[in-house]
Amino acid sequence: MRQRHPDGITPSEITPEAVFHARRDVLRAAGFVGAAALLASARAGAEDIPTRYRRLPGLKKSPYSVKETPNSFEDITSYNNFYEFGLDKTDPAENAGRFRPKPWSVSIEGEAEVTGRFTLEDILKPHPLEERIYRFRCVEAWSMVIPWVGFPLGDLLKRFKPTSKAKYVAFETIVRPEEMPGQKGRTLDWPYIEGLTLAEAMNPLSLMVVGVYGVELPNQNGAPLRLIVPWKYGFKSIKSIVRIRFTDKQPRTTWSEAAPDEYGFYANVNPEVDHPRWSQATERRIGSAFLAPKQRTLPFNGYGAQVAALYKGLDLTRNY
Amino acid sequence: MPSLRQVRLIGKPVVFTASLLPLAWLVAGAAGVGGVDLGVNPVETIQDTAGIWALRFLLLTLSMTPLRHATGQAWPLQFRRMLGLFAFTYAAVHFANYLALDRAFDFMEIIPDLTKRPFIMVGAAALLMLLPLAITSTAGWRRRLGPRWIALHRLVYPLTILVCWHFWWQVKKDVTEPLVYSLILASLLGLRMWRSRRKTGMLT
Ligand code: HEM
Repeated sequence: MRQRHPDGITPSEITPEAVFHARRDVLRAAGFVGAAALLASARAGAEDIPTRYRRLPGLKKSPYSVKETPNSFEDITSYNNFYEFGLDKTDPAENAGRFRPKPWSVSIEGEAEVTGRFTLEDILKPHPLEERIYRFRCVEAWSMVIPWVGFPLGDLLKRFKPTSKAKYVAFETIVRPEEMPGQKGRTLDWPYIEGLTLAEAMNPLSLMVVGVYGVELPNQNGAPLRLIVPWKYGFKSIKSIVRIRFTDKQPRTTWSEAAPDEYGFYANVNPEVDHPRWSQATERRIGSAFLAPKQRTLPFNGYGAQVAALYKGLDLTRNY
Repeated sequence: MPSLRQVRLIGKPVVFTASLLPLAWLVAGAAGVGGVDLGVNPVETIQDTAGIWALRFLLLTLSMTPLRHATGQAWPLQFRRMLGLFAFTYAAVHFANYLALDRAFDFMEIIPDLTKRPFIMVGAAALLMLLPLAITSTAGWRRRLGPRWIALHRLVYPLTILVCWHFWWQVKKDVTEPLVYSLILASLLGLRMWRSRRKTGMLT
């Protein structure tokens, strides 16, 4: 069951990354931490990424980037959950080819002074893009390190001047069953919806994402516009966004409605609160050596210093 | 209508080799030979592949008696033990992968899993039931246990129910796949009950 790449080219053709990984493993085993850090800067250059992805030039580096070695472009774009394209983690890469992320517009609604429908170009125009290398932790207990390209969500939201009644922000994914085969079934209640408190949304870590590895987002990763909230489980980071609504009440969210005893509104990464069926104490870092043990999961996915204050006085065991 | 000799000389080696293919695929992938690619998360691929083949072999094992009745021929029974032992082999690979590659023998993780997580407990119960069946599958044990052997090996039914349950429980949302396997099991069980009812009906 060789993984098919959307291009029909085999992974080995597009990426000397296997070599890179092997080298990394050897170094890690030998304990050359410094050398490994050096390699991090030598990760996949633009030349390893299929040319059909448009380059995003002039990216700023971000102080919020972690120092860990990012996963390969191949890992990031061939293994993820996006139920709109199917249930297996290889489905999005296989089934997202027919999706058309252009033209695109986003509807801004609710408790804000500026509302209406905006083209993607209007949404993006004022924001300089930056690269942010974030840890990504899936609720299924696997993780990656991903160099996203985007801009702070807060900067976008401020442009619409939320009113004093705006306490939450709700997001919605597009519905296009002809282009998203997973939406033909009723696995989830489409459209996929997510939400944050306004304070969470304004936190500088919350990112509007348009690219990865210096190129525009592949369809399977949520093109053309997605959210990344790195201290929460991956399902909070909604993809292919077409609607943003400011509300005074806590918005409904897809997974907390599908299985309320398993997924909550907050969904902060928390090694102490297990999923009812599996432990969240550890995670498998995708792309690490075959025999590497799982690694410990950090509270708030390691972003506690920036976000723990948001939850002061909140019982995180009950508000999972 | 294959003779016993044909079954032994051709049928068995062919089925044996075919049954090894999924395992060979996993081993090649783990060793990185033969162009086999276990994907981005090889540990998960091994876990799921071994698990699903263990269940498939259990269902194949359970199909041999109905097949015998349907065809009126004895040869399907010749494959029962081999298929059952493959079910055990794949279950053992599944468990070994969990212990070694998934959990890296970290008993601080394994013990809570085995005592707290229902889907793992159900899988463990199934494995514990499968073990004595594999051990007593030899002709010697069969002779020694006599009628108790048949009673013991009836465990295969509740055990396969547990495996379907184990499968059902670990699915995040879409239960189509475990549902299909459960329906196959339910039909096999239904067939068996229907037959035994008819048989007792004829006896009285
Ligand atoms: C102590 C014993 C067992 C343990 C610890 C165990 C553990 C697991 C784990 C961790 C998974 C994967 C869950 C995931 O992918 O998220 C799984 C799936 C599965 N297991 Fe087990 N298991 C055990 C026994 C068994 C036995 C005895 C069988 C069959 C004879 C079995 C059949 C399956 C099947 C069919 C799946 C689903 C595979 C898929 O998703 O395609 N398991 N088990």
